[in-house]
Amino acid sequence: MTSPLEQKKIRITGPSMVTANRTWDGAVVYRTAQKGWSTEIGDSAVVSTSDDARALLAEATADDVGAVGPYIAPVELKDGGKVKPGNLREHIRAKGVTIDLRVPA
Amino acid sequence: MPLVKQGRITTDLFVDVADGAELPGDGAILVTAERFLADPEALLRRAGKTGVVWPNNRDLDELVPYLDRIAAVALVFPTFRDGRAYSQARLLRERHGYDGELRATGQILRDQFVFMTRAGFDAFEVKKDADADAFAETMKRYSVFYQPTGDGRVTALHRRMQLRHSESAGQ
Amino acid sequence: MYAYDELDRTLINERVSEFRDQVKRRLSGELTEDEFKLLRLQNGVYLQLHAYMFRVAIPYGTLSSKQLRRFAHVARRYDRGYGHFTTRQNIQFNWIKLAELPDALADLAEVGIHAMQTSGNNMRNVTSDQWAGVAPGEVEDPRIWSELIRQHTTLHPEFSFLPRKFKIAITASEHDRAAIKIHDIGLRLHKNADGETGFEVLVGGGLGRTPFIAKTIKPFVHGRDILSYIEAILRVYNQYGRRDNIYKARIKILVHELGIEKFAKEVEEEWNQMGDSELRLDYAAIEEVRSRFSYPPYEKLPHMPDELKRAAHDPLFERWRKNSVSPHKVQGYSIVTLSLKPVGGPPGDATAEQMDALADLADKYSFGEIRVGHEQNLALPHVAKRDLPQLFKALDRLGLATPNVNLVTDIIACPGLDYCSLANARSIPIAQELTRRFANHDTADLIGRLHINISGCINACGHHHVGHIGILGVEKNGEEFYQITIGGRADENAQLGTLIGPAVPYAEVADVIEDIVEAYLALRDRPEELFVDTVKRLGVEPIRERVYATR
Repeated sequence: MTSPLEQKKIRITGPSMVTANRTWDGAVVYRTAQKGWSTEIGDSAVVSTSDDARALLAEATADDVGAVGPYIAPVELKDGGKVKPGNLREHIRAKGVTIDLRVPA
Repeated sequence: MPLVKQGRITTDLFVDVADGAELPGDGAILVTAERFLADPEALLRRAGKTGVVWPNNRDLDELVPYLDRIAAVALVFPTFRDGRAYSQARLLRERHGYDGELRATGQILRDQFVFMTRAGFDAFEVKKDADADAFAETMKRYSVFYQPTGDGRVTALHRRMQLRHSESAGQ
Repeated sequence: MYAYDELDRTLINERVSEFRDQVKRRLSGELTEDEFKLLRLQNGVYLQLHAYMFRVAIPYGTLSSKQLRRFAHVARRYDRGYGHFTTRQNIQFNWIKLAELPDALADLAEVGIHAMQTSGNNMRNVTSDQWAGVAPGEVEDPRIWSELIRQHTTLHPEFSFLPRKFKIAITASEHDRAAIKIHDIGLRLHKNADGETGFEVLVGGGLGRTPFIAKTIKPFVHGRDILSYIEAILRVYNQYGRRDNIYKARIKILVHELGIEKFAKEVEEEWNQMGDSELRLDYAAIEEVRSRFSYPPYEKLPHMPDELKRAAHDPLFERWRKNSVSPHKVQGYSIVTLSLKPVGGPPGDATAEQMDALADLADKYSFGEIRVGHEQNLALPHVAKRDLPQLFKALDRLGLATPNVNLVTDIIACPGLDYCSLANARSIPIAQELTRRFANHDTADLIGRLHINISGCINACGHHHVGHIGILGVEKNGEEFYQITIGGRADENAQLGTLIGPAVPYAEVADVIEDIVEAYLALRDRPEELFVDTVKRLGVEPIRERVYATR
């Protein structure tokens, strides 16, 4: 995945959300339509045009104290409008590492 | 932007003079390196003090011949991530024996005060009021220094050697 | 062991309170993230995919049991119960909360551990041979010099805002275990004709996007002058290193663009101008630091104790001993490497339970001392040979006796896309799959020494360029692909690997590696010829043909 940290031009090709890490503890958070942050991807505000994405990112970026490093990421919309991560990177951020954490004894 | 000098917030007596602007007859001025080098003698003959803003990518050799007559050198930190002026400061103080005002300008935050003082700066154009207010407190933050620089602070190694010496003398 | 004195402890505590203030200002909004980022990086705090990551220094890879227990405590109290040992003698915690970081730092400071300059554009942890002070044939203990340089470069008032990060490694042995040729400055300790200690100074090594092997800039710098010489290099770099492009900012690019002769001339000029500065180390100053390294009170022990003779009948013990136990400079003692590469496990990870138990074993069998190597393994540096059978049993119970040191499953891997915000692809699952493919240790033994290094992106934290087999994760149309190189090495004959063919998708990597190993086994001229020597003798082509013939 190209690191979103290098995201410069904003052009989205499908449904997207804005995600970041919460400042005080680093937890993965998603920008909500109520201009807040949630740890649930299902709560994220989903945008589908580049203009809306830009606006959502600008609004989220303004909250520098609340969260760190906001960027736009793709989502998949499942039946019934359920929001799922749109790529492997976001899948890992939402669901955790793809490996066994413990070192097997 | 507050100026901290000799550990206190003070009034900045130097006036920045832009390249095309007319020179005031007296009073302290800061000019760019280009303007200074265009006619240094004329500037140094003025009644008021003359200081120069020296970019961090310009060789100091051009400035060295005038150091004993110049009142202030302002070194530039375009962002606080760019540390070139620390080397310039140490060279001015420690190699070229400059003892006039050495001013840090640009993005100056409290987190650099100790480094800058150790490198030889004695005046700071601080970006935030709160940081300027915290100058004295911030300077007390460290009491142990590993490196010898021109600021005269005793290094940890030196203190250890002295300690050993006094211990063995007492035996 | 190195004993911190009151001054070292004071400095660490002062740094903790400074960082506490910085965190407070960040959380209150007084500092923006843009301003805070560099301040947190200067203290080892990154922001990764899931959370903040906290990197802690283990200078020259030497740890006391007390310090290791404190890592276990930090893992348990502030993190998720485990830590990750890196390729530069650091440990990383993956889930630290920013608000709790000052407390974690304060807990570490109590045992003389800090995170100063473990990231950021400054002088990083000074690393050395993990066998320093115990390796047979070593010229002298390089850690004395590592510590002198560590102190000199800690919170340096001139060099804390360099163009880019800066890494120094030191070795004093013929066989380079510290990978000095892939460092910004590599120091090889040796003696001149008069028997005086000094260093061959190499400069401009590094991996990443533009890899270079370091070049010698001066064959001998006297020990007393080493600080001033390093200062001269840093001053040239600080002034002339590029700041316009992060990918061209390392000293290796400056050295490359100027040419080594011109760069050496610049350094020499600066060094000469510095003259007889306060940086010159007199004998007493060096001895002061030397005196604070203590060595264990070794016993006079037989070369071959009865306990070892008896245990030789146990094939599992024997296999482990032959693989993981190395000669010590003192008769009757051994250096024991502890593999952190269990079959199916993430390379370099250790749980809090393992760390605590290992600290106890270190107290019992290794004078309370543990070492950390750049291959992401640990070592007990002073084990009496008579204790080896007992130690083996205890390590085996902890999962720390996998007999795969330096073998195909002893894989170096970065955290990759599972943790890292820079990664393009995953590293750890690739490593895990490879350890399963080569899970039979007898087969691995037959293959012989073979280093596989995996990086999840071009930044090369997994040192893929210098792996005998290197694996680099890239992204193609949103999918994970991997480029494979062979023939690299990180030791005294350091070399960059050569690309063997087109990148392969995630699911095929293990198959290709198996085929490469098969090809090597078929092509080597005798069992003792190592993989990397076969590649050197034949070149990449014969192996490429066999591996890609059916692809």
